[in-house]
Amino acid sequence: MTNQNQKHVKTLVKTPTGILGLDEVTLGGLPQGRPTLICGGAGCGKTLFSLEFIVRGAQEFGEPGVFIAFEEKAEELATNVASLGFDLYELQEQKKIKIDYIHIDKSEIEETGEYDLEGLFIRLGYAIDSIGAKRVVLDTIENLFAGLSNQAILRAELRRLFQFLKDKGVTAIITGERGESSLTRQGLEEYVSDCVILLDHRIINQISTRRLRIVKYRGSVHGTNEYPFLIDEEGISVLPVTSLQLDKEVSTERVPSGIPALDTMLSGDGFYRGSSILTSGTAGTGKTSIAASFINAACERNERCLYFAFEESPQQIVRNMRSIGIDLQRHIDSGSLQFQASRPTLYGLEMHLVAIHKAIRKFKPTIVVLDPITNLITVGTMSEVKSMLVRLIDFLQVEQITVMFTALALNTITNEQTDEGISSLVDAWIQIKDIELNGERNRGLYVMKSRGMEHSNQVREFVFTKTGLDLIDVYIGPEGVLTGSARATQIMLEETGELIHSQALNRKDRELDRRRKMLEGKIDGLRTEFESTEEELNKVYIEEQIKKERIQEARRNMEDIRKGNPTSNNPDNKESK
Amino acid sequence: MEQEHYELRLYVAGKTQKSTTALNNLRKYCEEHLMGKYTLEVIDLLVNPQLAEGDQILAIPTLVKKVPDPVRKIIGDLSNKEKVLVGLDIRPKV
Repeated sequence: MTNQNQKHVKTLVKTPTGILGLDEVTLGGLPQGRPTLICGGAGCGKTLFSLEFIVRGAQEFGEPGVFIAFEEKAEELATNVASLGFDLYELQEQKKIKIDYIHIDKSEIEETGEYDLEGLFIRLGYAIDSIGAKRVVLDTIENLFAGLSNQAILRAELRRLFQFLKDKGVTAIITGERGESSLTRQGLEEYVSDCVILLDHRIINQISTRRLRIVKYRGSVHGTNEYPFLIDEEGISVLPVTSLQLDKEVSTERVPSGIPALDTMLSGDGFYRGSSILTSGTAGTGKTSIAASFINAACERNERCLYFAFEESPQQIVRNMRSIGIDLQRHIDSGSLQFQASRPTLYGLEMHLVAIHKAIRKFKPTIVVLDPITNLITVGTMSEVKSMLVRLIDFLQVEQITVMFTALALNTITNEQTDEGISSLVDAWIQIKDIELNGERNRGLYVMKSRGMEHSNQVREFVFTKTGLDLIDVYIGPEGVLTGSARATQIMLEETGELIHSQALNRKDRELDRRRKMLEGKIDGLRTEFESTEEELNKVYIEEQIKKERIQEARRNMEDIRKGNPTSNNPDNKESK
Repeated sequence: MEQEHYELRLYVAGKTQKSTTALNNLRKYCEEHLMGKYTLEVIDLLVNPQLAEGDQILAIPTLVKKVPDPVRKIIGDLSNKEKVLVGLDIRPKV
């Protein structure tokens, strides 16, 4: 069924742009063999965008391209993009691209009577045919309107131009300056109806963000959101805000936390690979230390770790972690650990996200740490930070990267909300709380949640030692939860008590022994008494027996005598008869 | 002014109505005003498309005055005689 249908219904073929992220947003690229309009205000990156389309096409997809520049000369263009590593001269020599600068100067043109733009068509056609171009950029065709005054001819010719491009079968980009009320000043969008992409460069709170939106894309599903994009030394990277599908793989592999006692709290093995972990706590509770011991353990397993520091410089972190016996410098030297330190205010949230994306794509780590995410709130609202983190977690999960965020919790309502907001996104949440008691401050650590595994509900005391971090069971008893010296005192007290107790027990034992011996003595006495009484009784009984026998004998004797045997005369026998 | 030699190029694309009109108009004006001191080159871009780039040709037909300075371009079928003469600097702008 599907096969037959596919024969009849030809789906739209797309041309990949090669621009990082754009092909994801457009689900494959720009419509092949059709013109696409890219519009936006001055300085929003239209020219770079279209030039990158041509260069990437030539370099990565083997599709030669023609760039018709109405604004800048070929040499200017070449200089402008040299910083991005695009060598336009070389590409032109290799006949992979052709840059044609069309100069229109109104002052040297006089119009008399009828004309058409066949000259432009011929030039374009010649350029396309000379290198077998598959891609064409017209940047920006609106300049024609500035140079020529006969609007009627121009508009008719433009329509013909787009038809010409379609007939040539080239994938074209036409750029246009943004107009007051319409997408472009000259209403180019009415000619280009297949795909319109709007670029935008806006500044909010003194922080600039570039955004891209696909206004329309005929015949194709596309992402409809505004996507931030970044122009840096490697060109444009567009960042899909959220991937369109929720079909990421999950792993049952575990990643140890670097603190054995914490692993024990997490059913013995640590976190899941590819999960997101939030470590929150008030100032100075050791969030960075937990993160550091996490990556330290990972680096020792030869995993690659990327550490985004928004608060401290890498040197600072390395120095501070030495105090708890963690040497991060050797991991940096061995190349398994990389720091990316930047001030949150360096650029907007979206830019941070894009920068993080890029760094991750480049370094390919298995573990990423963001320390601390709460600092990002200085450049965005809480909901913005949240949506940024959703996207980041999304991306990291697809890449199967384990991420640890640290978050500073102040005892204010707003920041508790931050925790709440982020907590629903993360898979595991470790919270460190200050426990203030007896004039001292101690750290209590507990696992707020850990999806998909059994985890301890106990508060542990979190201690720093010269050799690393450790967790100690806190004292929980009738006196409540005790930590620090109070716990030590309590333990001492209990130990003393135990000693005394065992002492007392010993004494009692001896007493009991003595009493037993006494009783046993008594029992012996009684038994002797009993035995003598029994003997006495026995003696009486035997005597009785002897007496009885004796009497019977005497009686027999008597009978014998009575019968005439005067063997004896016994008066006793007579009496008894 | 009288001594100057005119070097003119007319760009066309095939034998279209507009091209023919332009060429006829141009010949007429030149006979009238530039008798004996001009050279006219007609370039058919359908035959030599690579030549379009050199003179930055967009519109067809385009008349380019290469010499004397300044370079001027007149596009269209040259039906407006006044404009053409002004454009060629034969007649000063009124």
